[in-house]
Amino acid sequence: MEKQKANIDKTNEVIRLRGVEKSFADYDVLRGIDLDLYQGENLVVLGRSGTGKSVLIKLISGLLTPDAGTIEVLGKEVTNISERDLEELRIHIGFSFQNSALYDSMTVRKNLEFPLVRNRKGITRFEIDKNVAEVLEAVGLSQTINQMPSELSGGQRKRIGIARTLILNPEIMLYDEPTAGLDPITCIEINELINEVQQRYNTSSIIITHDLTCAKMTGDRVAMLLDGQFQRVGPFDEVFKTTDPRVTPFYDYNFIQ
Amino acid sequence: MDSVDTSLKPAPKRFTKTRGKLAEFFLMLHRIYAFILRFFKEVFLPPYEFKEIVKQCYETGVKSFTLITLTGFIVGVIFTKQSRPSLTNFGAESWLPSLVSIAIMKALAPLVTALIAAGKVGSSIGAELGSMRVTEQIDAMEVSGTKPFKFLVCTRVIATTITIPLLATYTAFIALLGGYLNVSQNEGTSYAIFMEQAFEPLTFIDFWASLIKALVFGFTIGIVGCYQGYNSTKGTEGVGKAANGAVVTAMFLVFIEEVLIVQMAGWFR
Repeated sequence: MEKQKANIDKTNEVIRLRGVEKSFADYDVLRGIDLDLYQGENLVVLGRSGTGKSVLIKLISGLLTPDAGTIEVLGKEVTNISERDLEELRIHIGFSFQNSALYDSMTVRKNLEFPLVRNRKGITRFEIDKNVAEVLEAVGLSQTINQMPSELSGGQRKRIGIARTLILNPEIMLYDEPTAGLDPITCIEINELINEVQQRYNTSSIIITHDLTCAKMTGDRVAMLLDGQFQRVGPFDEVFKTTDPRVTPFYDYNFIQ
Repeated sequence: MDSVDTSLKPAPKRFTKTRGKLAEFFLMLHRIYAFILRFFKEVFLPPYEFKEIVKQCYETGVKSFTLITLTGFIVGVIFTKQSRPSLTNFGAESWLPSLVSIAIMKALAPLVTALIAAGKVGSSIGAELGSMRVTEQIDAMEVSGTKPFKFLVCTRVIATTITIPLLATYTAFIALLGGYLNVSQNEGTSYAIFMEQAFEPLTFIDFWASLIKALVFGFTIGIVGCYQGYNSTKGTEGVGKAANGAVVTAMFLVFIEEVLIVQMAGWFR
């Protein structure tokens, strides 16, 4: 289950966060976050529920705005960008939501076509069908093309959610709890899919999870978010080589010690 | 030492509560204003989403057809039936077609249509968008570089603004038909005479006022439903609140607009 070595370009930062702060009402969620994501890298963000992991990727994709700090994505400052430029930038970012967020009223085909038709002006029917077939084949669900999201299992929904983001050939993938609520075998399949996406589409990814198997299988680096800041960042084994009582329960729970 | 002036007594709790609610109310008004402003800013910009507008017109218009037909017909029959005794007391049964047409064309048709649409269409828009918001489908559209406001809000508001005047016109004719059937059964009035008497007291301004009223009602129902759904929070509870808020607020506004438009139409007479 060890991850294969990825082709990471450490001279090219696709995401760069400096001093990012975010609070909701009186609760400071992120307290000065610094983070770099390199081209081709899978970075796993671990942390307890409510520590701001999902907030972090929502800030990166511009769904939320930080209270302080800077967020650079593919060389563009997200917090200081026009709406039009943000829309263009988002085409290069794939966001896989925790509950897949498939459009209920559309079939799988329509779900996949939706971002494509709206972002690629003048695309032909043939190209649309080709792209849809390609991403469905990549996630191994070609047979579901005419099904409604309500007819899919949890794992299938996750896969279609990932396929929908892949259809625009993103450079960056943001996964929000990709294995949450799935059985162990489906979790392994999703983890393998994340690695396959990294290899096949040459993406850089941030994977939000508290599933350590997922972290170990998919992460080139792991960042531990504790008390609103990254306390431990590095390869999986190094991050957990500690006696910090805030970190060890994660390992002990996930690997039953 | 504390620099706060402790000689000032805190306001009684009920005043603080009222002040909080008042502030919340004005904040909500500001948000609705910003939402409407955003609609007008985005509605004229491409892409125009014609296909989705047609789909929404079908959802709001065609799917309300049966309910509107039934309600319109019943309103016509009941109004005619209930008005007859009062006119009979004055020996003025012959005025029945005129009375029915004035009531239906000037007030009942747009109002009844709007109230039904607020209940059926408004709640459905509120619930649908609310559910899309809490299941992150709107966020998914946003991050995939599409424009959810344009695709979801503008199309639905345009659809209700187009279909509700059409439905109101249809309701008027169906209600008149109901009135005619009742009059013809009781007084034996022919269709031609009924229609002649029905349209005689109506002026051009009456038709326009009715049409404008229905347009305003349609816009209100669409924008309120979308506002409630698009800004829904707090999971499934929020979806219920959005649907409920869409109906209650739209109905309340429809009555206020009715009064204002009737008043304004009076100035042109």
